[in-house]
Amino acid sequence: MDVQTWTYIIVGVSFALYIGIALWSRASSTKEFYVAGGHVSPLANGMATAADWMSAASFLSMAGLIAFSGYDGSVYLMGWTGGYVLLALLLAPYLRKFGKFTVPDFIGDRYYSNKARTVAVISALFVSFTYVAGQMRGVGVVFSRFLETDITNGVLIGMAIVFFYAVIGGMKGITYTQVAQYCVLIFAFMVPAIFISIQLTGNPIPQLGFGSNLTGTEMPLLDKLDGLMTELGFTAFTDGSKSTIDVFFITAALMVGTAGLPHVIVRFFTVPKVRDARLSAGYALAFIAILYTTAPAVAAFARTNLMDTVNDKAYDEIPEWFGTWEEAGLLAWSDKNDDGLIQYRPGKLFSEKGPSFQEGKGKYGQRLLNNEIDQSSQNELFIDNDIMVLANPEIAKLPNWVVALVAAGGLAAALSTAAGLLLVISTSVSHDLVKKQLMPDLSDKGELWIARGSAMLAVIVAGYFGINPPDFVAAVVALAFGLAAASFFPAIFLGIFYKRMNKEGAISGMIAGLGITVFYMMRYKLGWIGGPTSSDDWWFGISPEGFGTVGMLINFAVALTVSRFTPAPPKAIEEMVEDIRIPSAG
Amino acid sequence: MKTSSENRIAYWKQNLRYLLILLAVWFVVSFGFGILLVDELNTIRIGGFKLGFWFAQQGSIYSFVILIFVYVWLMNRLDKKFKVDED
Repeated sequence: MDVQTWTYIIVGVSFALYIGIALWSRASSTKEFYVAGGHVSPLANGMATAADWMSAASFLSMAGLIAFSGYDGSVYLMGWTGGYVLLALLLAPYLRKFGKFTVPDFIGDRYYSNKARTVAVISALFVSFTYVAGQMRGVGVVFSRFLETDITNGVLIGMAIVFFYAVIGGMKGITYTQVAQYCVLIFAFMVPAIFISIQLTGNPIPQLGFGSNLTGTEMPLLDKLDGLMTELGFTAFTDGSKSTIDVFFITAALMVGTAGLPHVIVRFFTVPKVRDARLSAGYALAFIAILYTTAPAVAAFARTNLMDTVNDKAYDEIPEWFGTWEEAGLLAWSDKNDDGLIQYRPGKLFSEKGPSFQEGKGKYGQRLLNNEIDQSSQNELFIDNDIMVLANPEIAKLPNWVVALVAAGGLAAALSTAAGLLLVISTSVSHDLVKKQLMPDLSDKGELWIARGSAMLAVIVAGYFGINPPDFVAAVVALAFGLAAASFFPAIFLGIFYKRMNKEGAISGMIAGLGITVFYMMRYKLGWIGGPTSSDDWWFGISPEGFGTVGMLINFAVALTVSRFTPAPPKAIEEMVEDIRIPSAG
Repeated sequence: MKTSSENRIAYWKQNLRYLLILLAVWFVVSFGFGILLVDELNTIRIGGFKLGFWFAQQGSIYSFVILIFVYVWLMNRLDKKFKVDED
């Protein structure tokens, strides 16, 4: 069977499974809708958290990113896993003991202020919306590549599926579909990785193959790759080109941001006990680590394969997948020196983000580019990051069902994350805004309907942004972590560990942290303030991606200073803090 | 039995001590071995890996998982000792 038939079958079966689960787990109260009734087992919650967390970016883009950045890609690996240690040790158990529904709930109650609640709601909405638009886009891209629908139809199908289980099932439906989606995505990620690991190194465990010798030689894979790369003028795979301070700050921002993301935190409200919250954080990270320790291995395998297959080969002898991915706009070649061979070297082929093709073909059958070719390097190849995971099975000549499996895995990753985010958006509106502030007398049934309504609205808005992505979305997704690091983490942390922290301190800290981080991003990432900038202008050499760490430190400093000069929180709040520090008063 | 306030304070102090130790390990394996000391460690090899690179892309992640499970075990023991567990 061909790839497309396999894709229809595998994707179809997985979607039927998600819908089946949604029908079986309808939510009948707000407690079920918001936190799945609070009785999800730690193991199930661990899996659901892993799926919730691993987005289209983790599944599709991360290995590609590492393949092209080598050691520098470690920031994502350490950043997006190390945050779970902070979450497990510093936040999750205490928030579970607090035992409400949302992050703004905690901020609002702990800081006895609806102003604080509102600041938290706005941050939660902002972080979640930027993030969810990227997911819907991811769904569209996978559909368009594998099922040859256009991106718009792909996004619409994705919306319909998410609508089904997020709006009807709420957190309950989402939790159990996420468990299924975790299984699909991890299987889809591991199968090609294992195949390729065996091909290249003879070791079936990619994490070990990564450090093994190439089959039939005494040469470790990484040494071979470093050699290939330095020979062509690239930085060696195991060396970085980012400055140490920047790597440090980006890693810290991603870690702290991970711990502060509302859609992850809220998952720990769904387990029955404090003890379960701790344990399920451990499970979650273990499940995440399976993918995160495989991804760098996949990256190294893919980069080695790519160099071997493509570099200095004649275009008309290149395998068929090259043409397929050219059609999809994820690969492009321009024969600068007119020798018919593909030269893969450092440097850009063109300055735009992607290729724009002319009608007709060049003399070797390649697609011709409209982009102005950058002649400053000898590089003749454009490769989109995402291709590494998507094309890897084809490059390694794996069976068609494996290729189709990757499509289903990418969809599972995107849909599970999208659903988790949509839930945060809908609860922020129905619970934190409507119930807690506008209509406190609302009945549970009424609140449930508003929750469903806002989930529906959120699906539509997310879908709209998926179809018409604003230019800044891609840039902002990476920055969502910085924003979460600069706003939520210090407020929650201080709320638990510093009894004396009051509302004045927390609010001014959040506003200062967010404000400076947003300013820095607008100034140095988006160029909205004060014209174009380069990396030489960065403060202390810290990139916008890493600036969330600075924002967090400023948040802490402002919060601690302001709280010194303003009245202590009421006695009842201090008692509440004492209470959440202990699992059970016994 | 109501937990006395001295008991609460002792429990919390011990908890903070655990956190301090575990977070120190967390910092050393990632920011220490994976970033600040990466060049020094890269002169050491284990199998086909340079050690610093291995910590940055593999070792730190394994350590994180172990850290959380150690924390779970320590805290469950502590909860029992101070009789604040939920059973």
